Formats: sequence, structure tokens, C-alpha cells
Amino acid sequence: MSTSTSTTPTSTGTATGTTTHTVAGRALVTTVPVGAHYVDGTTLDPNGPLASGPVVLDQTVAPLAPWSARLLAGQTLTIVDVGGNQSADFLVYNAHDTDERYSAPDTLAWQGNAYLREGSVLRSNLGRPLMTVTGNEIDRQDTIGGACSKESNTLRYGFHTEHQHGCRENFLAEAARHGLGARDLVSNINWFMNVPVEPDGALGIVDGMSAPGKRVAIRAEMDVLVIVSNCPQMNNPCNDFNCTPLRMLVTDPLRETGPDNA
Amino acid sequence: MTSIADDHQTDSVLAARADARAQAERTSEYMPYRPASSSPVVPKGVDRDALVWAETVAPGGYTHKVIARGTRLRLDDPTGTACAHVVVFNALETNERLNVADTIKIPWQAYLGAGHPLLSGDGRALATITSDTSGHHDTFCGTSTDESTTAKYGSAAPEGPSPSGRSRFLLAAAKHGLTGRDLPPSVSFFQGVRVEPDGALTFLGSAGAGAHVELVAELPLVVLIVNVPHPLDPADDYLVGPLVVHAWPGEPTLPGDPQFTATPEVNRAYLNSIDYAEARAL
Ligand SMILES: [Zn+2]
Repeated sequence: MSTSTSTTPTSTGTATGTTTHTVAGRALVTTVPVGAHYVDGTTLDPNGPLASGPVVLDQTVAPLAPWSARLLAGQTLTIVDVGGNQSADFLVYNAHDTDERYSAPDTLAWQGNAYLREGSVLRSNLGRPLMTVTGNEIDRQDTIGGACSKESNTLRYGFHTEHQHGCRENFLAEAARHGLGARDLVSNINWFMNVPVEPDGALGIVDGMSAPGKRVAIRAEMDVLVIVSNCPQMNNPCNDFNCTPLRMLVTDPLRETGPDNA
Repeated sequence: MTSIADDHQTDSVLAARADARAQAERTSEYMPYRPASSSPVVPKGVDRDALVWAETVAPGGYTHKVIARGTRLRLDDPTGTACAHVVVFNALETNERLNVADTIKIPWQAYLGAGHPLLSGDGRALATITSDTSGHHDTFCGTSTDESTTAKYGSAAPEGPSPSGRSRFLLAAAKHGLTGRDLPPSVSFFQGVRVEPDGALTFLGSAGAGAHVELVAELPLVVLIVNVPHPLDPADDYLVGPLVVHAWPGEPTLPGDPQFTATPEVNRAYLNSIDYAEARAL
């Protein structure tokens, strides 16, 4: 789905703005205030896998969209930051018992560091390894900033942002496809997002350290369900104010069978 | 290449904080108004200071709220193109929810209008339509699904230009711990359907710009409202308009109100609702 804006809904007046989108090969006019996609001229680098073995899944997540997949133990997911500084909000569950899910505090406490880097083990709420970061091309990755939501946007930026799409909407929509709901959403990882904690404790989302084509590779240590939101946020620098695609590549050095794409 | 990022200074935590805070004065056509008394679109005759809910729901958007027994809920269609898909639950026991079949069967009437109750499957009135200037509503077609929406518009992606009604209801329901199994058939306001003698469902469209409906909550309710095109909307494009929501405190339908004894069936529904409320000391 590509988007071209003919009229932008305005913040004044009563007329309802429309935009035109190319959907399934035709022009669709809509009154829905769809979030912004990247601007023409944005550098895009789809790169390739950051792990060995045959590629068994290769998908592009459109800007603003949710995604999920099941990975078998031993398979590696490479996430490519195609346009640079695009936050990939990420949750992971034990595929066979989703009560066991990613735990940011277990992950951080176990490694004794607030940032994720190569070698970081993504721990579950039972303290067990769900996945391991086997490759990483930016200085540090975030798991303390959490996901954006239409509700928290009202606190951060004002009530005028309440209608905007957010990662929590994506997480809920994609989770519902797997029988999961609001109670199953926990503090997540934000690949390619930059959340420093300063000496006095100040923290916040600042300009990213990634670039087009930068990658992270995460190996499944058990069969897992991964849910991703390609963050739609346009009110802070987590997507460089320019929402771009993500490329998801699964490599499997051991098996010929691919993951169940969800 | 000019970028929106050029307009923002976000290279440190303090700069990013200042940048975020500087956005607070912005407004949108589609937003909740908080406090509700700050609504810029208070309907004529409604006491601004009494409002407990005021919001303009975006095209393709949704909203939801838990409201007290007796609350008056008013929906306005300023452009004649909104379509308010509605499901209500007993907020105290969400197993009790709108039952569209009972809502039309028990009043012996398929077409919603003033005086029509929204009945649960437990023999109680959850809400009553207290006024209606549209008369173009629907109890037959429910809302759109990803399947029907993709067939019609080419996409039902939640982030895209044509989200489905059910996907929006799922998001609204999730905010109250409810899931897909909790979503019963919905009713819709402002886009009418009529049944022809041979059973054909004819799309009436709206009654024009400026219509409203008002309901009263007979019990504490979880209200889910989705604003997407009607499933029978013949337009090829996705052209639903904004929906305006206001609510303020009031009384449920009680003895002495002509509506209380309007029909024998609705009278017993109100007696059942009151029986439930009194036992819970509501
Ligand atoms: Zn986000």
C-alpha cells in the first residue's frame, strides 16, 4: 500500500479532509486521518540478513503497520532498519505457552546493563532465554522506553493526538490474531530507538543513532512468537519524523522448513 | 529533501522534552475535549458545565467509556456521513451485553427510534433512545469485518485508510479487558436500512447533516462506539464523516416517566433493570 496525500486534514474548520491512497491497485479516497509515511527522496537500504543460513522468510513491514511471526528454536530474525532510525517495537512470547513472555526487568537485571547490545539475552518473565542478540550494528538498543499509544500520546503531546495510530493499537490488533489481548502486553524492546539515561536520571527519546540499512539479529532460543509494531509515532524523534519500512528476514541454518508466518 | 525532523530540536533529553511540551497547544478536528466542559461543539440545549464526555471521533476511529446509570449519551452526525456502530455492556457484569435480536423482537419493531430500548440478553433494558432526529438506523447488518472491508476497499489494515468496524471494536473492547468473543452484533446509527417485502435490504443512507440521537443508560454501561462506513454503504471510497459524542448525568427511566409504561414489554424490562440496580444499591 503506498500513499500520496492530495489533501491533508486540517486542524481548523469543519470540512472533512480526504486523502487518496493506492490500495490493491486502485485509488482509494478516504476520510480516515492516516498517519504520515516517509517523504519522497528518503534513502532506503533493504540490506540483507545478518546471520548465516538460508533465508526462509523475507517480508517488508509497511510504515505504521503491525507484523508477527513464529520462529523455531535456532532460527534468527534479522530486522533491517531500511530507512534509518525507525523504531521496531518488539514483543516476544514462548510460542507454546504465551504466559511466558519477554521481561525487560529480567533481561536488564540478568545482564546488569540498561541497554541491549550484541550478546544480550532476551529473558522471559520466568528468567529463561527467549532469544539472544547475535548481531547488532548500532551502539545500543532500547528496552526501557516502552511503546507509544494513543492514550499516552495525550499525556506527552496533548489531547489533539488521541486519534493518531500508535504501537499499542498495532500490538493489540496483532495480538488478537493470536488470541492475546491487553493483559498480554508488557514492556517491550524498541530496536533502533535511542533512550539515554543521563547522570541525574533524566531519560527520554532523543535522535537515533541508526542509519539506512542498519541491522539487528536475534536468535530464537526456543520456539517463539514475535509481535512487532512498525512505530507510527510522528511527535518525537523515535522514527526521525519520517516513518519508513522494516525488512524482516528469518534465516535457518538447520532446517529446510520455514517459520509459520502469522 | 525537507524533513519534518528539521522542525524539531531533539538531540538531547532536555531538548526533546521541550519539543514535546511545545506541541500541547495544538488542536485537531478529531479529539477528546478535556475537561468535557471545554467542548467547542456543545449541542444546543445541553448544559456545558454538566458534561462528562465530549469528543469528536475521527472517520475510521472509535471511542469507549464507562458511564454511570442515568447518563444521557448524545451522538451527533454534523455532516450526514457518520455511522455510529454501538455495543453496550452492563459495566458491572460484562457478560450482560446488547442483544440485537431481543432489541427488535421484544418491542415488535425493527427500526430504531425514540422510545426504543437497547435490550440485553438478560431481559433488562441497558439503554433507551430518548430522542432521535435521524430515523435512519440499522439493526440488521452489524458492522464491517476485515474480510468484507478488504473485499470492498482493498485493505483493512489497522493503520491504513480503511479499517474495519470489527477491528476497531476489538481495540475498544481490549481497553476494557474484553476480546473478540465478547463482541455481539452491533447496532448502527445515522445510516439506515429497510427490509423490502422480499427481504432485500435496502440502504437508506443518512437523514442529512445535523441529525442526532440521544440515549439514557438504564444501568452502568461500558459503551463502545466505532465510526466506520455502514456495511451496505454503496460508495467505492471510504467516506465516513466525523462523529460527535457528548454525555451528561441524568436519571434512568423511572416510574412516572411516560416511557416507563410505554409498552407492557418495555415496562417489564425497566422493572428488571430497576430490580437489578436496587439489589446492587445503585
Ligand atoms: Zn510507537
